[in-house]
Amino acid sequence: MAKRQSDGPAKTDIDMTPMIDVTFQLITFFIFTLNFSNAVQDDRVQLPLSQLAKPAEAPADDPITLQLWPDKDGVTKVIYNGEAIRVPDMSGFLEQEKRVLIDAGKEPADAKLIVRGDGRVKTGEVQELIKICQEKGFENFVLRAQYDERK
Amino acid sequence: MADREPLPDKIAIDMTPMIDCVFQLITFFMLTLKTVIPEGDFDIRMPLGASAGAPQEDPPVIVRVKMTAGPDGELAGITMNGSGVGDFEALRQKIIGIVGVNTGPGGAENTEVELDCDYRLKYINVVKAITAVSGMPQPDGTIVELVKKIKFTPPKKPS
Repeated sequence: MAKRQSDGPAKTDIDMTPMIDVTFQLITFFIFTLNFSNAVQDDRVQLPLSQLAKPAEAPADDPITLQLWPDKDGVTKVIYNGEAIRVPDMSGFLEQEKRVLIDAGKEPADAKLIVRGDGRVKTGEVQELIKICQEKGFENFVLRAQYDERK
Repeated sequence: MADREPLPDKIAIDMTPMIDCVFQLITFFMLTLKTVIPEGDFDIRMPLGASAGAPQEDPPVIVRVKMTAGPDGELAGITMNGSGVGDFEALRQKIIGIVGVNTGPGGAENTEVELDCDYRLKYINVVKAITAVSGMPQPDGTIVELVKKIKFTPPKKPS
């Protein structure tokens, strides 16, 4: 059998231009979709859907986000600064928030409490949390829901 | 003076460092990518003991919406001012029947909805009720606002 003779070039130049084009397109996409917002969103919380829940035009002043979520035993916990706390134990943490506001020359009534409640938690426990907040002087509440894009 | 060496026809630029950097950047952006789901708010102003204040000149018309829960926390029934309502869409229609679609005085402006919910009712139903009473989405994406003032009755813990 005749030996195959290599007659190709010694060095093959691969055209890198399409790959670099695609790569820069990807980088541009990721830069534009980069999210700098410091929105507190815990993935465990399944917010109820609402067609009326359109995003706020401006961020709230002095927001305090309280996220309610049922743990695996069905006990409602408040996710606050990354910790899962039972609703009746929130009083001390809210007292701290109140003191921080007063030290900053503000009133608890100036703050906005954002309640991110999971759709599965008991309404009574959401109300219990709101009641504890009211006892500390907070009175502006925001019930947060996920925008339902279905028509 | 010595003659300059002629330039080669094609200058080969080493692309490897640039491609390395670019892939590092892509990896960083991919790992830090976080999709944010659009969320919206329902504002509720609830000062403690608001009902104990001085009587208002023009007290609002209060519509009482009661929602009862089954043993599993699912919605068992809705009543509005004591009469049964089939579902949340029917509740919205009843609210429209009271306030109309005008938001001025005598309409939604002077109407307040008081939500009375069973303790164990799943919270998703509260958001559905607020959605039903506070607005009506239109096919073109706009929203006709209905009742803005919403309050809750105090929680009643089952004994």
